[in-house]
This record gives sequence, C-alpha cells and structure tokens, in this order.
Amino acid sequence: MDIDRYERLWIMLSAAVLLSLFLALVYSVYALDIRLVDDAGQVDPATAAQTPPFDEPGVYQEGPGRYRVVMVARAWSFQPAEVRVPAGSDVTFQVTSLDVIHGFRVPYTTINQMLIPGQVSEFRFRFAEPGEHYLFCHEYCGVGHHTMQGRIVVETAATGAR
Amino acid sequence: MRRLQPEPAEPAGGPGAELYAQDRGHIQAFIYISFILLAVGGVYGTLQALDKAQVDLYPYLPGFLSLYYTGLTFHGVALALLFTGTFIIGFLSLAIVHGLKRPLADRGLAWATLTVAVAGVLAMVVPIFRNQATVLFTFYAPLKAHPGFYAGLVLVALATWMAALNAWQTWRTWKQDHPGERTPLMALAALATWAMWFLASLGLATALLVYLLPWSLGERETVNHLLTRALFWFTGHPLVYFWLLPAYLSWYTMLPAQIGGRLFSESLARLVFLLFVVLAVPTGLHHMYTDPGVEHSSKVVHGVMTYAVIFPSLVTAFTVVASVEEGARRRGGRGYVGWLLALPWLSDPSVAGQLLAMLIFATGGITGLINSSLNMNLVVHNTMWVVGHLHTQVAAAVTLTFMAVSYWLVPLLRGRPLWGRRWAVVQVWSWFFGSAIMARGMHWMGLASAPRRTYMSFAPYYGAFAEWNWAGIMTASGGVILFFAGALFFMIMARTALGKPNPAEAPQSVPEAGPLHDPPPTPRWLDRITPWFVLGAALAAIAWGWPLVRIATRYAEMPGFQLW
Ligand code: HEM
Ligand SMILES: [Cu+2]
Ligand SMILES: [Cu+2]
Repeated sequence: MDIDRYERLWIMLSAAVLLSLFLALVYSVYALDIRLVDDAGQVDPATAAQTPPFDEPGVYQEGPGRYRVVMVARAWSFQPAEVRVPAGSDVTFQVTSLDVIHGFRVPYTTINQMLIPGQVSEFRFRFAEPGEHYLFCHEYCGVGHHTMQGRIVVETAATGAR
Repeated sequence: MRRLQPEPAEPAGGPGAELYAQDRGHIQAFIYISFILLAVGGVYGTLQALDKAQVDLYPYLPGFLSLYYTGLTFHGVALALLFTGTFIIGFLSLAIVHGLKRPLADRGLAWATLTVAVAGVLAMVVPIFRNQATVLFTFYAPLKAHPGFYAGLVLVALATWMAALNAWQTWRTWKQDHPGERTPLMALAALATWAMWFLASLGLATALLVYLLPWSLGERETVNHLLTRALFWFTGHPLVYFWLLPAYLSWYTMLPAQIGGRLFSESLARLVFLLFVVLAVPTGLHHMYTDPGVEHSSKVVHGVMTYAVIFPSLVTAFTVVASVEEGARRRGGRGYVGWLLALPWLSDPSVAGQLLAMLIFATGGITGLINSSLNMNLVVHNTMWVVGHLHTQVAAAVTLTFMAVSYWLVPLLRGRPLWGRRWAVVQVWSWFFGSAIMARGMHWMGLASAPRRTYMSFAPYYGAFAEWNWAGIMTASGGVILFFAGALFFMIMARTALGKPNPAEAPQSVPEAGPLHDPPPTPRWLDRITPWFVLGAALAAIAWGWPLVRIATRYAEMPGFQLW
C-alpha cells in the first residue's frame, strides 16, 4: 500500500492527538482521581420508601460543614422539594427513584446525574457561595416532566442551621 | 443534473439505464417513504424549536397531534430511526448495484424487505399518534409503550438485515463471476456498513425480542430496565455510524467524480470503512457516564474506545478534502486556498450540499469530543448542548448529504431532469445556515444548563434563566429557517418526480470516482470483511460482556409505567 507523504504526516498527527487525549484521560482517572458515579448500592424500588435511609428523606448534618441530603424522586417531584444548607458546606447527596428513570440537575454546577430505580446515586458538591439554586429533572419521565423541580437554598453561614 | 466540468473522470454515459432497471422501483419506494417521514418529522422539529423561545404553537393542532412529548417521540423515531433507516436501505442498495455492476441477487427479497419495512413503520407510527407510545425514541423502561411500537421496530431492524443479506448474496455471486478480482470500493463500503450495522443491531434486537416486546405483551411481568438501557446504547452509539457511513460512501466514492476529480487514496478509504466495523460497537457506555450502578472501569474502557473510533474520521478529513482539492485544481483552481473558489458552490446543488455538510460535520466532531470526555460530560449531559451536537451531525451533515444525493439520485432513477437547480442551491445553503444557527442556539442553551426533552413553554423555572430566552430565540430562528429549507426540498423533489419523463436529459449513471494514487490492486487484506467483523465482534464481547453480565445478574426488575 502506497501512502502519500502528506497523508502519512496527517495520519501520524491524528494518531498523536488521539494518543494525547488518551493519556489525558488516563491521567485524569489515575492521577487526579476523577471518578464517574459508580456502584453506590441498591435498594428495592418497591420498598425503598420504607427502607432506610429513604424512609426519611431530609438534610442531615454529618460533621462540621458536612451534610448528607437524602432524597427520593418520583413522577413528578423531589422529596424534600427544598434543601437548606449553609454556605461553605460539603454536601453528599444520596438519591433514588421510586418509579421511572429521572435526572438530577442543578444548573451552573457539575451536579448532573441519572436517577435509576433500584440504584442509589451518590455524589458530592461543595456549595461555596450563598444563594438559591434550582434543581430539576433532566430526563423525560412522562407528561409532567417539565414541572419536576426543587430548590437548594444556600444560606449565609451565620443564619444557617448549625 | 449533468456534470458541468469539461473533463469528466468517468467516461460519459456510464453503464446505462439497464443496470438499474430491476431495482429502480423498490429503491425509489424507500427513498420516497424516507421523504414523507422527514417532512412530518421536520414540522415537529420546528414546533419544538419555537418552544425553546416559549412560542407554543401546539394548542393550534388537533387532538393527540397537539401534545409536545408525543410530537417529540415522533420527531426522534421518524427522523433518527425511520427516515435514516429507509433512506439508507435504498441508497446502499443502489451503491451495491452500481458498485458491482449487477442487479441485486434476489429481487423477491428486495420487495419483501420493502413490505416488512412499511409494516414496521406503520406499526410504530400508529401507536405514537394514538398517544400509546409516548416514550421518546430511546424508549427507556420502565416507561412502557404499546406492543406495536416495539414490534414495529423489530420489523424495521429485520428489514435492514434483509437488505444486508441481499447485498451479501449479490457480492457472493459477483465473486463467483469475477474470481481473483478486487471488490470495487463503492460496493466494499456498502458491505462494510452493513457488517458494522449487523453487529451493532444485536443489542437492540435482544432488548426488543427478549425483554421489551414480551413485557408489553404481558408475557413478562417485569424487566431489568438498566439492562435494556445498556442494550439500547450498545446499538445506539454505532447507530450514529450507520447514518454516517453512507454519507462517507458518497463523499469518498461519488463526490470526487461529481467535481471532476478522483479519489485520493483508495487503500486508505477501504481501511477507514473496515476500521468502523472493528471499532464502532465498544463505545456506547459513554452515554451512561452519569448512570449509577454501572462501573467506573467499564465506562473508562468505552471512553478510550470512543477516542479510537475518531481515528478513521480524521483520516477521512484528509482524504476527502484532498480528493476535492484535486478536482478543484482540474477545474482550474489555484493557490493554497484559492482552489476552494473553483468548486461549484453556487451552481451544483449536489456538490455544494455535500461540501457544506462536511463543513458543519467538522464542527460537530469537536463538540463530540467534549461530550465523550469523562469530566466535561458532566457539564453538558442531557442538556440542549447534546441536541445541538446531534443536529450538526445527523440533522445537518447526514441529512444534508442525503438531500444532496437525492438531487442526482431521484432524477436518475425517475428518468427526469432535476427541477429548479437554482432553487436547490438556495435549499442546501439555507439548510446549512438554519442548522448552524439552530445548533448554535442549542449549544448556548446547554451551556446555560437548559435541559433537553423539556416542554419549555410550561417549565416553571424557565423564567429564572434570562440566557435561555436569548439562546431559545436563536434556536427558534434556526428552526424556522430549517422549516422553509425543508419545504423547498420537498417542492423540488415533488416537481422533479412528477415532471415529464425525459430520460435523455436526466443523469445516466451513479457518479463513481476512480482512484488517483495507489492504483488497484489494493492489498488483499483490505478486500475482506469477515476477519474485520470477527475482530469487531471480539472487541464488542470484551468491552460489553462484563458490564452486561453484571447488570443482568445483579439488578432489580420493574413493572411498567405509563405516565402520559
Ligand atoms: C426542520 C428541521 C429540524 C428542527 C427545527 C429540529 C428541531 C429539534 C429540536 C428543537 C429538538 C429538541 C427537542 C427537545 O429536546 O425538547 C430536536 C430533537 C431531536 N431531533 Fe431535530 N430538528 C430538525 C430536524 C431533525 C432531523 C433531520 C433529525 C435526524 C435525522 C433530527 C433528529 C433529532 C433527534 C434524534 C432529537 C432528540 C429527540 C429526543 O431527545 O428524544 N432532527 N429537534
Ligand atoms: Cu423526572
Ligand atoms: Cu423528567
């Protein structure tokens, strides 16, 4: 097979670009320890609403500046629909769906997860600044999908629950 | 549409009309069915685009036609699955016939393919418009549709397999008659596309036949919804290459001849198509980066493979542009970039359409890289950004190429000259600009966190994001341009197809580019498909085996929900 000189150059260049992308990926995974959501446990969707922790959705303080938010999604609401945490807190979300596939998105943040019945989605986010965030479902889940929303209120540290 | 350049790369006249006589009927039927689906689906597209600016025209439609998510299900199914599927069956059949210079091996099978496809299309479309299958084109369980929806999709998949089988048999009889000869590139490209698709479609077929169809018929109480979701993406990502490879086939083997040039490197072209057979399938988990319950390590493997499959596309970028440049220089083009001006941007709609398609395709490649990187995906996953990306790729690059191809294909098979060549030039340019504007608006909405698949006119949080409104207006403007560009396309096609028969003025042959460098014979290993298929199947088994087994054996099942 006889390959043109420039074409050979281009092929090498392409291979080099892809190789560096590949290395960047390996680096981000192993050196920076960027991890995608993985397996964070299962819960039977039929009985999840009676199974801890999902029997009592809410905001729990786990330590200084550390909170755990336990949430349940169903068509077409999140429970609790409003979450309040003080600014500067590290929040771990633990969410599951009771019926169909839903999404969990807090705009302008990296909070972006699928909620799959039977699976627990677990992810962390640090809310640095006070302010109010929307939270909405971003996967089609029936005719009320566009109404499925919630709020995350980040309070100035002084007024926040301690 | 005749060739304009003084020095055609192929001897004028080509193989003559007898070659297509047997197959022109069913090929045209597939093409016209695809046009109808494109027309109706496109109308919903415009309504959806307007909705992004909170312009809600749905209340003016009657009954079930007026429901956003029903329309969106139709838009996705009719365009992404059915328009593409039917057009590709017709187009690849023609590529086989012309590539091998013989009619399809089994005429009866070809008509049976058409019958099965029509039955499948109807079985899907009827429940959608009766609001019994508002599950969008991804039909994620536990949302449960009418059985007709799943059965229809099985039939459509079956039709693609029947068309592939026919192509295969034609190739086998050709080889018997031409011992020792290399398969012509055009045919090899079509066969590789079918091989890739056959492997890819096994996931979808399993999801439908083993799980979803029995479930919707009541034979099965529950399904493992994470498994059917993964099986959907087993097919769902390579589906993109099933759309793309026929466009590549045209860019590599037909377009250079339309410009008056030749194919830059035939061996590399073969390698590109064969690499897709190997690399297309083990990629789909990149659609599930944010899914819980799917292992991080499997996602990383698919992320890496997603980069690998970019390689053949990068090679394509060089080879196709080099072929186009060679043609432009033969037409008198000069200079480093000046040769671009020698291309028929304003005189040949079929060439201009494909060049514009390539241009927009290149931008989409870059946004695709962003989608597939592990961490950037978190910013854009399930936002309007993704919809912007897919419209540059399938709705602009692939669809525009199919439209451009139709400008010679319909006149050729119908035996009538193209009606309104200048209008057709306007049409391809306006589809290009409409797509670019709409996609720009969608990307912008997505970066501002706007979710996809959402009836914005009634979303309570829409008003809180000022940016969405500006970006939505841009999206809607592009959608309106696309509406007119689409209407123009159907007018041109209708007037061409229904014009006075005039075979003498119609094109006589499928354009076919000869090679410039590296004249045949190409190496043997680039003339076979089975070894590449086996390699592809092995890679698919490695990359998908463990995650699928893991999901299938561990996770809970769910009954169905009908939430519409
Ligand atoms: C008149 C031209 C078109 C317009 C104005 C248009 C507009 C749109 C809009 C606004 C959406 C987003 C809807 C939402 O997420 O709420 C969408 C989705 C989509 N479009 Fe188009 N589109 C057009 C043509 C096409 C074509 C030709 C194809 C494919 C061949 C296509 C494939 C898709 C797909 C696959 C989706 C995603 C559907 C889903 O999320 O379920 N569109 N379109
Ligand atoms: Cu939802
Ligand atoms: Cu939703």
